[in-house]
Amino acid sequence: MSEQAKQSKLGILTNGLLKENPSLRLVLGTCPTLALTTMAVNGVGMGLAATFVLVCSNMAISALRKVIPDKVRLPAYITVIAAFVTVLQMVVQAFLPALDAALGLYLPLIVVNCIILGRAEMFASKHGIVDSALDGVGMGLGFTLTLCVMGSIRELLGAGTIFGFALFDWLFGVLNLPITYEPMTVLITPPGGFFVFGCLMALVIWIEYKTNNRIKRSIGCEGCPSAGACAGCPSAEKAEADGKGGEVNG
Amino acid sequence: MANLAMIFFGMILVNNYVLVQFLGICPFLGVSKKLDSAVGMSCAVIFVMALATAVTWPIYTYLLVPGGLAYLQTIVYILIIAVLVQLVEIILKKFLPPLYKALGVYLPLITTNCAVLGVTISVIDEGYNFAEAMVCAVGAGFGFMLAMVLFSGVRKRLEDAKPPKSFEGLPITLVSASITSLSFMGFGGIIENIFGA
Repeated sequence: MSEQAKQSKLGILTNGLLKENPSLRLVLGTCPTLALTTMAVNGVGMGLAATFVLVCSNMAISALRKVIPDKVRLPAYITVIAAFVTVLQMVVQAFLPALDAALGLYLPLIVVNCIILGRAEMFASKHGIVDSALDGVGMGLGFTLTLCVMGSIRELLGAGTIFGFALFDWLFGVLNLPITYEPMTVLITPPGGFFVFGCLMALVIWIEYKTNNRIKRSIGCEGCPSAGACAGCPSAEKAEADGKGGEVNG
Repeated sequence: MANLAMIFFGMILVNNYVLVQFLGICPFLGVSKKLDSAVGMSCAVIFVMALATAVTWPIYTYLLVPGGLAYLQTIVYILIIAVLVQLVEIILKKFLPPLYKALGVYLPLITTNCAVLGVTISVIDEGYNFAEAMVCAVGAGFGFMLAMVLFSGVRKRLEDAKPPKSFEGLPITLVSASITSLSFMGFGGIIENIFGA
């Protein structure tokens, strides 16, 4: 019994890493994924900041889940999340000014990051505090992992460095080659963000085909926490069903 | 005047919220499939952005800053936007049913749209005065509309294309968004050269 419970706890923790990776499988939190991956270190910073808010808000919302009336739950969740984001903002501004400068506008925008509201709605409002905290850690680390991988690819190819270390030039130096790496600067510009994210997602889908693990993806509405309240979504979904649409069909 | 024009066109072309700053990606990829829904959504976004900035800018400048409460910016803003969107929805439903029919369905989606919260915070960060802030908000909204309309055209073509199996759906949409975004890179510096002199 206890072992089974333990395993399910481990399951909750690892769920967010790969199986339900927020960026690449659930397609949540796309904006920071695209914007803050010009350098690997920014991606990790953003990921950890979001993880902090996610864990705290998941725990608070789970603790309050029986107190919050169903009708006003979304505003209540947003208020809880905004409070933790404010705490995070003050801490980062005070102790990590470099991170604050790198994240800029995206630090307060963690409030509207759909991963956090989405997990509050999908998980924390239905599970206990410990499970919700584990879910927050797993999801947050999954998000951090994606941002780190994407940031590394973009930084390595776009600037020739990884975490600020000039990997290619070091490699050429070791091999005694008289060349330097010519960076593909386009990859650290906004179009590069879309491009790398698209390719990374295609890679994940390719792996899904190989492992027979195909899932259906759609952006915006399915994972969107306000889907229930929003009349725009069903009509958009219908439009998708009519045309061929951009959805990946399993 | 030149300053305002510079902000306005800068927000549309150079600092386009969707394609350059990556704000509001969800509606950009989610609602851009059909031209009319793209236009409807963009109109609602322009409207809410302007309204939210018109309300939050005075509150920040005349209430939060004198009261020493500037650190509450995030939490106050998101609540104002949420309430505002609800209020607009109720008012439109009651007094302007045709407009509600056209825009109303997109309103709940906008509450958690990062572009709206983004523009209200960034006009404060930039230190704009009220006129500049309003122009910036409306410009950001029009930039959103331009991106949505352009991209809905691209997606129409995309439907007939047959990409490799792994790229079907979202990945190829992202790659085409990349190319659309690339075209906006060409506008860098244009604003300073037209209005700067």
